[in-house]
Amino acid sequence: MEVNSISETETKIQLEVFRYRPDEGEEVEFESYEVPYRTDWVVLDALNYVKDHIDGTLTFRWSCRMGVCGSCGMMVNGEPKLTCAAFLRDYYPNPIRIEPLSNFPVVRDLVVNMDDFMNKLDTVKAWLVPNEEKPVAEGEYHQTPEELSEFKQYSMCINCMLCYSACPVYGHDSDFIGPAAIALAQRYNLDSRDAGAEERAEAIFSHEGIWKCTFVDDCTRVCPKNVDPAAAIQQAKVTATKDWFRSVLMPRRKK
Amino acid sequence: MESREYTPKMPGNWWWKRKTYFLFMIRELTCVFVGGYALFLLLLVAHLDDPEAFAAILDSPILVILQCIALPLVLYHSITWINLTPKVVVLRRGEERVSPLLISGANYIIWVLLSSVILWMVFLDR
Repeated sequence: MEVNSISETETKIQLEVFRYRPDEGEEVEFESYEVPYRTDWVVLDALNYVKDHIDGTLTFRWSCRMGVCGSCGMMVNGEPKLTCAAFLRDYYPNPIRIEPLSNFPVVRDLVVNMDDFMNKLDTVKAWLVPNEEKPVAEGEYHQTPEELSEFKQYSMCINCMLCYSACPVYGHDSDFIGPAAIALAQRYNLDSRDAGAEERAEAIFSHEGIWKCTFVDDCTRVCPKNVDPAAAIQQAKVTATKDWFRSVLMPRRKK
Repeated sequence: MESREYTPKMPGNWWWKRKTYFLFMIRELTCVFVGGYALFLLLLVAHLDDPEAFAAILDSPILVILQCIALPLVLYHSITWINLTPKVVVLRRGEERVSPLLISGANYIIWVLLSSVILWMVFLDR
């Protein structure tokens, strides 16, 4: 993409970008940049303009720039957003404040440390645990469209972590397993090919799991893929409650 | 490297910073008034055998004012929770999911029916 250098007559928009340079000291500041205002530009385009033409030291993550990879999540005017889907025209003529995703430790500028989330995916076993491993020669695991529709919504998650950034419970206590990891656990629990629900139960049905959620519902609001993690968590609470009553009222019945 | 990471703390007034957080906190706080109204009802039940004391409780200006404050908050509590029910209750009719509107709607219908029964009982006496 050829970007012309900024001209005097061109309309501009102001960016206020969070800077943190750990090699130069502990302090944090906002730096202002003026970038060309184009109606078809998103915040990520503006950041790339800064990086290419104004300040090459600005650090941020991005990859696909089309809402699929989940790398470019940042706080845009205090709201968690995929910057590839946040158009400048929705903010113009006001300045745009860009910060790293909240509730995560900042490594540098707009880059956060996502180890905690990765460990959580591991804790909830966010992958298919088949009943018994079948050799490839025996063919695929079959699934009907109805069985697919049970979990399809939760499988749309792109691990962008906007939901964690929106969650005040996670903000206060990072031990909370959190929206996306629980939604992904539900995604596999509801999958007809999966038999790992019991292995996930300990992490999910614990105090640090679903019961810490107070149903603020902001995770669902900010989710760019309409996964609705809040619904996944509440439905898991219903399942856990039913299981508990069943075990108390009918102790001899098998699960 | 880890010690060089910048970790901001959540400010105490976090729930002022976003409308959704604020509405959530209001919903959480309304439970105090739901509980308060339940205590008020228990107080009435405890004086069922004493008509004069019963009437005195109903006429108490402080309790009337408290009820006026409690009513909108309890309504807010009920409406926001009922609107959230479709997220919790997922019913399937064959292949299709029962419409979320139908699930919250059913809650409203039951609410109106129960309220009508109570009103009918109140006015039956008159």
